[in-house]
Amino acid sequence: MIMNPAAQSSNIAVKVEDLEKKFGDFIAVNQINFEVKQGEIFGFLGPNGAGKSTTIRMLCGIYTPTSGKGTVGGFDIVKEQHNIKQHIGYMSQKFSLYDDLTVEENIDFYSRIYNIPKNEREKRKDETIRLAGIEEFRKRLTRTLSGGWKQRLALGCAIIHQPGIIFLDEPTSGVDPITRLNFWNIIKDMAAQGRTIFVTTHYMDEAQNCDRLMMIYHGTMIAMGTPEEMKTSIMKNEILEIVMPEAEKWMEKVSQLDSVKETALFGVNIHAVVYDSGKATQDIKDFFRQQGINDYSVNRIKASLEDVFVSLIETYDEEHKDK
Amino acid sequence: MNFKRIWAISSKEFIQIKRDPRSLGLALVIPVFLLLIFGYGLSLDIDRVPTVIWDQDASSQLTRDFLLNFKLSKYFKIVRYTDNYRDIDNLIDRNKVLMALVVPKDFSHYLESKKTAPLQLLVDGSDSNTATIAMGYARSVVQKYNADLLTESFAEAGFRPSKTVNLRSRVWFNMGLNSRWYIVPGVISMIIMIIAALLTSICIAREWERGTMEQLISTPVKPQELIIGKFIPYFTIGFFDLSVGVFMARVLFGVPFRGSYFLLIILSALFLTGALSQGILISAGARTQLLASQLATLSTFIPTTLLSGFIYPIFNMPKFVQAVTYLIPARYYISILRGLFLKGNGIQVMWNEAVFLLLFAIIMFSLAIRKFRKKGV
Ligand SMILES: Nc1ncnc2c1ncn2[C@@H]1O[C@H](COP(=O)(O)OP(=O)(O)OP(=O)(O)O)[C@@H](O)[C@H]1O
Ligand SMILES: [Mg+2]
Repeated sequence: MIMNPAAQSSNIAVKVEDLEKKFGDFIAVNQINFEVKQGEIFGFLGPNGAGKSTTIRMLCGIYTPTSGKGTVGGFDIVKEQHNIKQHIGYMSQKFSLYDDLTVEENIDFYSRIYNIPKNEREKRKDETIRLAGIEEFRKRLTRTLSGGWKQRLALGCAIIHQPGIIFLDEPTSGVDPITRLNFWNIIKDMAAQGRTIFVTTHYMDEAQNCDRLMMIYHGTMIAMGTPEEMKTSIMKNEILEIVMPEAEKWMEKVSQLDSVKETALFGVNIHAVVYDSGKATQDIKDFFRQQGINDYSVNRIKASLEDVFVSLIETYDEEHKDK
Repeated sequence: MNFKRIWAISSKEFIQIKRDPRSLGLALVIPVFLLLIFGYGLSLDIDRVPTVIWDQDASSQLTRDFLLNFKLSKYFKIVRYTDNYRDIDNLIDRNKVLMALVVPKDFSHYLESKKTAPLQLLVDGSDSNTATIAMGYARSVVQKYNADLLTESFAEAGFRPSKTVNLRSRVWFNMGLNSRWYIVPGVISMIIMIIAALLTSICIAREWERGTMEQLISTPVKPQELIIGKFIPYFTIGFFDLSVGVFMARVLFGVPFRGSYFLLIILSALFLTGALSQGILISAGARTQLLASQLATLSTFIPTTLLSGFIYPIFNMPKFVQAVTYLIPARYYISILRGLFLKGNGIQVMWNEAVFLLLFAIIMFSLAIRKFRKKGV
């Protein structure tokens, strides 16, 4: 893996400072700061429209930032885009291979675009096809592949030149659980080889696999840390899980209790975000007694990433209500 | 600039063209189609004007001699004889004839008594251009007849007319004044311009539309590599269309080719480069195939047909419009093609046009790259 010497010694794969992107008056990415270490799996989380793809595009040299600065592999994201492009792999959110070419033709195209030496091309092609598990589709038009197979091929093409830093924008959207698992095994393998993975996802179980996470909302960073940190120190509130029949009917009522900040339905259970679990448990019990309900249980649980995600967004919305 | 990458893009593009019957058809069939339509359909020559005659003085030999002048002229075709106006009306209405010649009853009587004889000509004026030309033909037939009569009567009186002007016009380069010879080079230029701009703008807009462009931009491909890579296949198609055009012009329409094929190739390459770059420029602004194809058609078809001298001679246009035509590359290319086909012109007389085509190619190409670079990121 070739990198700028500066980057190699500092061990930083990606670094941005006050990175901002505006489309007209609209701020899609609002002065974010972060660093990604070499060999790290960096998860980039945020609801739809948060600015994840826009950030990735700035890092890959597709968009030029409105202001702020950053480096990828030690190269400047404004002035040295061409160098960056030699060393990164990018899998865009929207499927973006040629669907009127066959699987092999797509792979050949990208290996030639990346100037992979002729004598290596066949070997890499076979590797890519094996990695993506698409041996039987070699000669098929890409158009005729199902969604999951297309994603596998796209991943294969994005890393055919064995880049040091890999940007994956929702690589597992629309693929089945087995393929997702398979993807994450590939991602972990690549990280183990010392490559840096920058990945966005909407699946919290996937986020769990990341070394570090960053959450962004309305273009603004709202949290950063390891999954563990997210669930403990970053999450200021506590979570109570209420198990009861017809939970969805009671969720709204419980959320109106003073000691409960908000509620959300997780499966068939209610998760209540509370300021103080002792006081809230008492309030909930009192409330159910008044309503004459007995077949329930309230337990304090450890926050899941999903809880953290929801709670951080609610907090942000509350703080920015007036705007 | 990396030639391997350029070739990777070109060969990918070739495969895609091969698999897309629509664009392949557009590129290969449309030119033949256009040449046939314009070559056969758009003849600016007016001859064999369909004419109906009502001879009210049919018994006279003199009248019949007079009408023989019309019958023998290649400019008229007598489709019918009649004996009433209703018929004439009807024939003109149904576009069966363009002109009606009515010889009054006492036509020969007047002539024999050495008086001026009236003759009625009815012309369908709905196409004023054609009507004017047809009237001109009729007038010249009559004038010729008058001149003959005059000479005859002078001779009878013992005079010999001495001072007359006898105009002998000779048309160079296009002896038969065959308008097809004049049109076909224009059609070739129109085909190249439209096909080139249309195909390139569509092929790039398609990459934006499908998101494949985003992937490409994330690779080390440079804008100029991408553009040149896209050029190669469409350049090939452009030259194929040119060959088809020249072949059809020569074989089907009998247009002579008197110039140098080498010049044809060089100058066509310049024109093609400009047209292809224009297509790329368009697709940088329009990122959907629909919009790109509409813009490309509009921005090439109208100037190339109306403002290039293809159909309407430039010297007939208002001064302001004439000034605009200097900006239309097809104007220069058509003039070059006509020079090569009909006059056998060399570069010494065409270098003005050649320089403009070169400028057009350079400006469009650098604009395309600049615009592409800006839009891409
Ligand atoms: N080219 C553009 N022009 C104008 N607005 C844009 C452009 N690209 C993105 N946006 C806007 O910027 C915001 C952030 O978009 P972005 O695609 O980065 O979100 P995201 O976090 O990737 O969302 P998702 O999870 O839906 O992919 C959105 O409101 C989007 O509409
Ligand atoms: Mg996105």
